[in-house]
Amino acid sequence: MTAGVAIRQRSYLQGPGRLLLAPAILLLLAASIAPLLVTIKFSLSDYRLLFPDSSGFVGLSNYARLVASPDFVPALVNTLMLIAVVLAASIAGGLGLALLLDGPVIGRGGLRLLVISPFFVMPPVSALLWKNLLMQPVSGFFAWLAALFGLPAYDWFSHAPLLSIALIVAWQWLPFAALILLTSLQSFDRELREAAQLDGASAAAILRHLLLPHLARPIAIVVMIETIFLIGVFAEILVTTGGGTASTDLAFLVYSQAMLQYDIGAASAAGLVAVVFANILAIFLIRAVGRSLEA
Amino acid sequence: MRTRRRHRAIATMFAWAASLTIAFPLLWTLLTSFKTELEAVSFPPRFLSFDWTLANYRGILAEGDYLHSLVNSVIVAGGSSALVLALAIPAAWSMAFAPTHRTRGILLWMLSTKMLPPVGVFIPIFLFYRDWGLLDSRTGLVLLLAAANLPIAVWMLFSNFREVPGEILEASRMDGASLWQELVSVLAPLALPGIASTFFLVFTLAWNESFWTLNLVTTEATPLTAFIAAFSSPQGLFWARLSAASILSIVPVLLIGWLCQRQLVRGLTFGAVK
Repeated sequence: MTAGVAIRQRSYLQGPGRLLLAPAILLLLAASIAPLLVTIKFSLSDYRLLFPDSSGFVGLSNYARLVASPDFVPALVNTLMLIAVVLAASIAGGLGLALLLDGPVIGRGGLRLLVISPFFVMPPVSALLWKNLLMQPVSGFFAWLAALFGLPAYDWFSHAPLLSIALIVAWQWLPFAALILLTSLQSFDRELREAAQLDGASAAAILRHLLLPHLARPIAIVVMIETIFLIGVFAEILVTTGGGTASTDLAFLVYSQAMLQYDIGAASAAGLVAVVFANILAIFLIRAVGRSLEA
Repeated sequence: MRTRRRHRAIATMFAWAASLTIAFPLLWTLLTSFKTELEAVSFPPRFLSFDWTLANYRGILAEGDYLHSLVNSVIVAGGSSALVLALAIPAAWSMAFAPTHRTRGILLWMLSTKMLPPVGVFIPIFLFYRDWGLLDSRTGLVLLLAAANLPIAVWMLFSNFREVPGEILEASRMDGASLWQELVSVLAPLALPGIASTFFLVFTLAWNESFWTLNLVTTEATPLTAFIAAFSSPQGLFWARLSAASILSIVPVLLIGWLCQRQLVRGLTFGAVK
């Protein structure tokens, strides 16, 4: 009887259910799927803003031109390097911080506020502050630190532009990793840990055999979510180096092909390379998150 | 007992040292914002012994560029977040309380649009906006940022609504409440904490969004991201001014972040970390 009511209820709700879902789906179709299809079309056309008449189907020649261009391979490598450095630094640092904050510390609330702050700073602000106040080789703070130790000042952006940008981005994402891992550490079974301590397990053994396995899933999720955002790193490059082969990633390559060289076809092809790249990673994330749906 | 106390003191010391190091760039910026330009670049740097001044803040507030951008940021972030809620609350209601066999697929599809890098859709959107007069307009930014943040909001609200007992909604339906009344007078009050933290998360993301806001606007609709990006050269040489402008641009969302850090950070994992 109740089951019958529930089923009737459900079917009664399906009409309004579809109706209420429609606006959200329409906006997403209009802002993501439709333009993506147009990008695919552009990537197969000869389309340059300076010669608007030249548009026409050209097959894969944009891709061939893109791959042959001297900017493409460096941009691909830079994108991978940037993601790798930021992930390694933010997760290693975040794990260290999470372990410290999970310890018997006084004032954990204040510590959390300090640690989370960089995460809420807009990218152009963090990039400009780091570039000028900290990394500038003449009177920046790092130059002073180096002088304290009798070292010569390091000209970050001339010698290692990509690494400098990666450090800045890692600083923005370290708090995210730290807080996710801290949350997960705090849900860890205290009793299990104390039992291991009583049995004489060393701190290293507890970390290795109890905590790290417990953290494997949150670390995987941090990796995937950071990667989604790291594929699109743009503002940090724009306001510091303004491009150049040494620090251009795929996102910036699309921008410079389209906005500086007016080559819509090649820019679209580069954008689609980024999309394919992101999709490979997305498959993994969807699986991990989809599993949590059933749980 | 004593070793435990010592352990605690050492752990506290290391934790504070590490946390202060992470926050140092911001603390240093705050300090620099109170210096004169000359003191800001002095080497070795001055820590506390300088003539504290509010001149940088006064200068920025007096010029009007900042206020212009602040208004734009508030309108764009606030407007897009309101639009997101207006679309996401009904959608999440439908998924949580009137699910069909397609619901799971639609949720995952929505999430997958978030994996689409903005550069994959940038060129068509730019050309379309150019032709339709949406470049350099707040409306254009509101629409795009709403679309960008909609999947996250639907996910957060969906996992939130599932914790609301469906019987309460059914009871209100039996009492003859319309769908609108059910959403506004029954569901919204019950799920208010979740709705509020969803709003704050999408507001923060929209406030800090730095791809569309740097590429689709030039003068009229410039939000704070573009205001700050304009310091990249040669104005960036004025460190004290840059510092004050930076502080003024990040304070609103920093306060929001401090107040709801747990929900915000967890919201970004699409409910995958509890």
